[in-house]
Amino acid sequence: MNAAVPLWIEALVGALLVASGIASIVAAVGLVRLQSFFMRMHPPALASTFGVWAVALASILWSSALESRPVLHAWVIPILMAITVPVTTALLARAALFRKRQAGMDVPPPLSRS
Amino acid sequence: MSPLLSGAILATLACYAIAMALAVVRLLRGPGAEDRVLALDFLYVNGMLTILVLGIRYASDMYFEAALLIALAGFVSSAALAKFLLRGEVIE
Repeated sequence: MNAAVPLWIEALVGALLVASGIASIVAAVGLVRLQSFFMRMHPPALASTFGVWAVALASILWSSALESRPVLHAWVIPILMAITVPVTTALLARAALFRKRQAGMDVPPPLSRS
Repeated sequence: MSPLLSGAILATLACYAIAMALAVVRLLRGPGAEDRVLALDFLYVNGMLTILVLGIRYASDMYFEAALLIALAGFVSSAALAKFLLRGEVIE
């Protein structure tokens, strides 16, 4: 293991990590402050796309610099998130729409003409 | 590891902690069940990011597998909860 990692790699890793932390905080503030549920569905995507990508890139960069060879296995996590998060979001949005219709709230009507 | 990077890691972990505290606020206060599921999903993502950052901090590969497992468990639990809200049961 090579102990001397160049300073610019450390700075880049640190900048990516701090950017991911800021994205996460912005998402949390949006989650708390926005008014309706359908508005609140949007901010968590900031953490699960940009936040996860930034941390995975930082992890790849840092472990590659430590071992002086490409270490790429952290790609798996953003790819997994890119597959699973839209499924969860769509299911949750359908569930919320269904429940708000059942409760008689003001939401768009179904599109099918049955 | 230079003080620059360990400071950045500390700041990132503090950001995640604040974000998780805000998500817990939404989890406890949320008017509907779907708000709570959304906050729980956000908590899962933040926990996974925390573990990845700890993996950078301690330069260990074990954290990566734990983060992968947490991502999978978060997907399965959020999908199951959303299905429960939609139909009233998870497996029909």
